[in-house]
Amino acid sequence: MGVFILKRLLSAVPVLFMVAVIVFLVLRLSPGDPAVMIAGPNATPDQLAALRDAMGLNEPLLTQLFVWLGQILSGDFGVSLVSGQPVTHLIMDRFGPTLSLSIVTLIIAVVVAIPLGVVAAWQQGKLLDRLVMAGSVLGFSVPVFIIGYTMILIFARILGWFPVQGYKPLSDGFGEFAIRLVLPAVSLSFPYIALIARIVRTNVIEVMNEDYIRTARAKGLTERGVLMGHALGNAAVPIITIIGVSIAMLIGGVVVTESVFNIPGLGRLVLEAVLARDYTVIQSVILLFSTIYVFINLVVDLLYSLFDPRIRY
Amino acid sequence: MFMSPLGSRFTKAALLSFAIGATTSTTAFAETTVTAVMHAPLRALDPAISSAYILRNYAYMVYDTLLALDADGNIKPQMADWAVSDDGLTYTFTLRDGLMWHDGTPVTAEDCVASIARWDQVDKTGQVMASLMNDMSVVDDKTFTMTFSEPTAVVLTALSKPSGIAPFMMPKAVASTPVSEPITSSIGSGPFKFVADAYQPGVSATFEKFDGYIPRDEPSSGLAGAKEVLVDEVVWTTMPDPMTAASALMTGEIDFIEQLPHDLLPLVEGNPDFQLKIFAKQGSQNLARMNHTLPPFDNPEMRKAVMLALGQQPMLDAQVGAGSEYGNTCPAVLGCGSAYASDYLADEIVNPHPEAAKKILAEQGYDGTPILLMHATDLANLTPQGPVIAQQLRDAGFTVDMVSMDWASVVARRGSKATISDGGWNMFSTTNVLPDVDDPIGFIGVAAGGDTAWFGWPDVPEIEQARTDFASVADPDEAKAIALKIDKLVKDNGVMIPMGEFSSVTVASSAITLGVDAEAPVFWNLSKSE
Repeated sequence: MGVFILKRLLSAVPVLFMVAVIVFLVLRLSPGDPAVMIAGPNATPDQLAALRDAMGLNEPLLTQLFVWLGQILSGDFGVSLVSGQPVTHLIMDRFGPTLSLSIVTLIIAVVVAIPLGVVAAWQQGKLLDRLVMAGSVLGFSVPVFIIGYTMILIFARILGWFPVQGYKPLSDGFGEFAIRLVLPAVSLSFPYIALIARIVRTNVIEVMNEDYIRTARAKGLTERGVLMGHALGNAAVPIITIIGVSIAMLIGGVVVTESVFNIPGLGRLVLEAVLARDYTVIQSVILLFSTIYVFINLVVDLLYSLFDPRIRY
Repeated sequence: MFMSPLGSRFTKAALLSFAIGATTSTTAFAETTVTAVMHAPLRALDPAISSAYILRNYAYMVYDTLLALDADGNIKPQMADWAVSDDGLTYTFTLRDGLMWHDGTPVTAEDCVASIARWDQVDKTGQVMASLMNDMSVVDDKTFTMTFSEPTAVVLTALSKPSGIAPFMMPKAVASTPVSEPITSSIGSGPFKFVADAYQPGVSATFEKFDGYIPRDEPSSGLAGAKEVLVDEVVWTTMPDPMTAASALMTGEIDFIEQLPHDLLPLVEGNPDFQLKIFAKQGSQNLARMNHTLPPFDNPEMRKAVMLALGQQPMLDAQVGAGSEYGNTCPAVLGCGSAYASDYLADEIVNPHPEAAKKILAEQGYDGTPILLMHATDLANLTPQGPVIAQQLRDAGFTVDMVSMDWASVVARRGSKATISDGGWNMFSTTNVLPDVDDPIGFIGVAAGGDTAWFGWPDVPEIEQARTDFASVADPDEAKAIALKIDKLVKDNGVMIPMGEFSSVTVASSAITLGVDAEAPVFWNLSKSE
């Protein structure tokens, strides 16, 4: 196991290096630069040149790339070209809201989707199954911002149960923290509930046709016991895979929810940085996302062996 | 190893900000806090390095100006009074008593001289002033002089400039920073102190009342007169989704939206809990701009055809809604509220004349080569412009290749003088707030010095001569005559095409008593009842 983890971590190094280089080059090849955005329309060519010089943008591309890679290796993500703030500081500020939203969303998604999927599989072809599958199609098809607006209208503006927007960290109290996450997390969980429920249903149905399930039934086990004791456990590997993928998608895909509910998270940070061509921030956040992807994939692989003893590394 | 720094820093950071909540997003609300959603996020703190309006608005909170315009456009003393020598060559500025920086040190003439010297490198009007100035000297702690080679009115105009890059005063140590290096200090002498610890770039900015600020005795008017701070704290928060901002206003989570999109106004119109206000001086002008260095717009007749093809009402209808009271047609290059408003060629500018344009295209042998029109899609006011312009040009017989992109890409591409196949362009459109266009020195859109002009690079020496003349005259009537001449030359040469004016609508809770009508949204003389 230790060797496997070490190998996986080592194999992540070239992956992240390639991500860093590609992101760096794509940004430099895209139109616009932060000096133009900062200086505004009145800037003279001399002022722009001076600003680019101060930002290090006049250095050769390779020099800029190696300076940045060197900074990363020493744990320094540099300074935002727009705000002048350390990128590490900006990311730290924004990581908490995104992580909170992602975790709460995932908890809701898993807690709701797995029972729904199991019940749908159990009731395959019956009304309940059809209702779950119809809900799943709806959850997939309706854009998150529509769900968000609808929830704001009903639960914030009409009923007044929740605030419309904003984020408070845990240090402001659990109530303040939680009440602001309910609407965004529920809104964001819809597509993930739909996705996970479908995967659970499909895999449980597949497992339910296995010989050992028939044996379990023949031994007189109740249908509930079969489902929970044998089917779900054996369907776990693809379910864990899809949950892992969902976490990765969540971290990078919360931008719309963060915008609708005014949550100052990483999604918004990277979107603002792209519009302002804030190279250092974009590069660092994308590298962070990539690292999270790699880490989640590793955790998912390790979990396989926990749920399926046949898998050993 | 590569993973190590990431792992150590971000694991700790994530745990810290999630579990302990060690972010700066919280703001300890004071007794009277006004929470405002501004038109753009604040991401930088140097008002001299950019003409972004959010930076100007920030600067009016934190900094002060030597002179200011009142509601009628008259130049008034703000931090300083002035006297002009009999020969009109020397201006002496004397700082008023009690001026203090937020760190408690007094404002001195040295600070002001350093601030002006930094500002006049970046601002167009400041550059004109600097080019005419022989000397700027400190006389004593409260007095400094500026000496010119000939009498000029540009000094007072420049130092009272309300928008674009306005001349804000900073401590000498800060103002000594080269203009290529953005300042990060926020120590000013304005009525509000910036709360640096609560600042989250792009998310929120907090300002608290500066107890050391002594307002002027005169009543508040425009940006001049008394700046009385009547609340304890103002929080600017960024909301990327205007629908969310409107909902937050309706549930009382925020107090003020600087610019609510026109299509959302019906949500609050007629509701006594909210007030709608148009700060007239914060209106904006649409303009279309052609590239004079590339065919077909290197041909003045083809530029005239574009002017005839375009009409203002369709543009305004798309921006603020058909029949809306928030848009008005205006043929004047320098804006209809300006002292230099002109109705020269009003019909040709305001109304579309596709048949007349077609006639010119036929006469000029236009071969149908596509016009590359840049269309910005990420700014609400600019999004409707491209399609409206493109359709009007097509109606007049042009072939149009409208290329949609984000504003950053427009800004980058419009700087290109290359051919179309190499990344050049023929046309783009934008907006400017009216205070930025109401005089021919400050308005870069009328500059016509070829390579040194604004994007599109029109080369009309008569316009540049007239701008130079304008800068050096002191008589208002003479200045107006020159400005009207510039308006005519700009239209005759297709330097820019005015595309109508529109007002942004501010919406606030009825608990707020809004402050003064000024060129920037200011928060002094604004109060909030519980």
